[in-house]
Amino acid sequence: MRVALFATCVNDALYPSTAIATVRLLERLGADVDFPAAQTCCGQPQFNTGYRRETEPLVRRTARAFADYDHVVTPSGSCVAMIRDNYPRIGARAKAEGRGEELAEAAASLVPHVYELTEFLVDVLGVTDTGAYFPHTVTYHPSCHGLRMLGLGDRPRRLLQAVRGLELIELPGAEECCGFGGTFAVKNPDVSEAMGADKLRNALSTGAGVLCGADNSCLMHIGGMLRRQDAPQRTLHLAEILASTEEEPLV
Amino acid sequence: MSGTFMGMPAFPKAARDAVRDTTLRGNLRHATRTIRAKRAAAVAELEDWPQLREAGKQIKDHTLRHLDRYLEQVEQAVTAAGGTVHWAADADEANRIVADLVKATGETEVVKVKSMATQEIGLNTALEAAGIRAYETDLAELIVQLGDDLPSHILVPAIHRNRGEIRDIFRDNMASWGRPAPEDLTDRPADLAEAARLHLREKFLRAKVGISGANFMIAETGTLVVVESEGNGRMCLTLPETLISVVGIEKIIPTWRDLEVFLQLLPRSSTAERMNPYTTMWTGTTDGDGPRTFHLVLLDNGRTDTLADEVGRQALRCIRCSACLNVCPVYERAGGHAYGSPYPGPIGAILTPQLRGIASEVDASLPYASSLCGACYEVCPVAIDIPEVLVHLREKVADQGGRGHRLEKAAIKAATWLLDHPAALTAGERLASRTRKLHPERLPGPGTRQWTNSRDLPDLPAEPFRDWWKKNHA
Repeated sequence: MRVALFATCVNDALYPSTAIATVRLLERLGADVDFPAAQTCCGQPQFNTGYRRETEPLVRRTARAFADYDHVVTPSGSCVAMIRDNYPRIGARAKAEGRGEELAEAAASLVPHVYELTEFLVDVLGVTDTGAYFPHTVTYHPSCHGLRMLGLGDRPRRLLQAVRGLELIELPGAEECCGFGGTFAVKNPDVSEAMGADKLRNALSTGAGVLCGADNSCLMHIGGMLRRQDAPQRTLHLAEILASTEEEPLV
Repeated sequence: MSGTFMGMPAFPKAARDAVRDTTLRGNLRHATRTIRAKRAAAVAELEDWPQLREAGKQIKDHTLRHLDRYLEQVEQAVTAAGGTVHWAADADEANRIVADLVKATGETEVVKVKSMATQEIGLNTALEAAGIRAYETDLAELIVQLGDDLPSHILVPAIHRNRGEIRDIFRDNMASWGRPAPEDLTDRPADLAEAARLHLREKFLRAKVGISGANFMIAETGTLVVVESEGNGRMCLTLPETLISVVGIEKIIPTWRDLEVFLQLLPRSSTAERMNPYTTMWTGTTDGDGPRTFHLVLLDNGRTDTLADEVGRQALRCIRCSACLNVCPVYERAGGHAYGSPYPGPIGAILTPQLRGIASEVDASLPYASSLCGACYEVCPVAIDIPEVLVHLREKVADQGGRGHRLEKAAIKAATWLLDHPAALTAGERLASRTRKLHPERLPGPGTRQWTNSRDLPDLPAEPFRDWWKKNHA
């Protein structure tokens, strides 16, 4: 199966290991992975900060970059939610403002082909046991976009539970926002920090060595706080755990 | 100062002080988490909750679409039933109408049913200026009034107070408003309630004028509905000779049948009860039963402007249940006062900037007072997509420009240009990666300083993913 990887700007620039892990995982499961080089950013930070019209070139670019693919897979729930929920809105508004139907059509052509990684694994490939091996204690933070906008449900946890050697510990208050929220973290730093502190307290209470998530932007915030406090827990993207095998273990 | 939010600082600053107030944080955490769990259980009892929610949304949308017609129907029905209808375009006009109506009775005291509309217009302050004393009779509103405080929650305005603080407020201040609290008042809830009951009883029995809002107005008969828990509302709505109700124009529902939907949605979302203890309904006046004179003041105060906004108008569906406040992680930490209006929390962040506009610093900061986590939308009984409206209002604030937003717009434009030119983007990524050893852990400057105050920056990778792909796959 031919699959286009949407790496996302955050992973491209800051967390290439997540994108590399996604490639290795998908290839191990038999997919033929491609990386269309014209892709950059879905435009979520711009849109959520109130710059809808400034987001339009990125909607156009993203739709064009993936126009030839039936399956576009990304290891970022919030970017999928941006495309699924907001691209049609951006298109509809452009049309309502008398600027033609081109954006609405671009959105409509892209939306049905975009999958968050765990959706693609469980729903399209029909896999929950990816053959991964990761002998560590792990707790999982579901992230708001995956939880509420995409409705990922128990897909990530089922994938983690099937990993050999992995002990999954429930995260108390898992459904609560970590306090990242994109530009919220810098526009309301005190509230963001207070929310993050509660997330850290819950995560550390599990005693797990690894806090796993499916959205590196949330993990950048949580991980940045953990490191600042020299806490005995590291953050890891789900793709990196699923890419780890006995032959090529992630250390 | 009671009853006015004028001069509040912008949200981030007010929230900073609240976050550091450990007593406040503790009070809010305990209260919101308790009600959050109860609401979830009360809602889970109903298998048809999603259908009820959809029905509530559709009834409200239909009514708002034909609001002109339904408003005239309400006016005709209330008038036919012996009431008098007044129209108020804004807060000043509504306050003037109410003050004149009270003065015409010759009274200088009124008792009040808890009402968001009268908080919104600052009625108590306006009445005070007209020489009329307004007594709040809802327990939490009484605590706020006696404490010369401001409400911080839609349903539980004194949620920021614990019982020790409430005992002190009663002991210190009840005497200057009427019957004093007992000398040996404890902080036991039953003792506090008894002190309030005795204090309020003399006001109920003496008052000749009652003032209320309404949860619903039923267009087909001109019936007003107030739901409450304490029975103080029933007292104020039945004992006085004159009743004045100030009601937002969006509170209409077309028929009694529609009320069935909302009497299920509201109590479960609000107090987590299957049914609220007191539901009072009245249609104009009835000889020998209840107030002999009834005035309805229909309040616009920004609602027509809100209705004109295709995305923002869904905020007018709100039935003031406060479920969104109770699940909001930002509200839990920032408290209600930081929102600078009687409407705090997620609904306040979309309602206040629409009703008051975004000219002031605090109102322009409200659409950003959210991490867009979506918990509010999930619990809203009339499916208001609060995150969608927040982002929409951010666009209005950004378009307006002003403090910080011009720079931000320039930065966004530069970033978008870069992201629309992958070659330049790649060059930038490579430069950042190659100089990564030189990057400090903490950075100065707007944006980055706020980030690095509490968090480390991630280590930059040796190369961006694009370069790895080129080497290994292309």
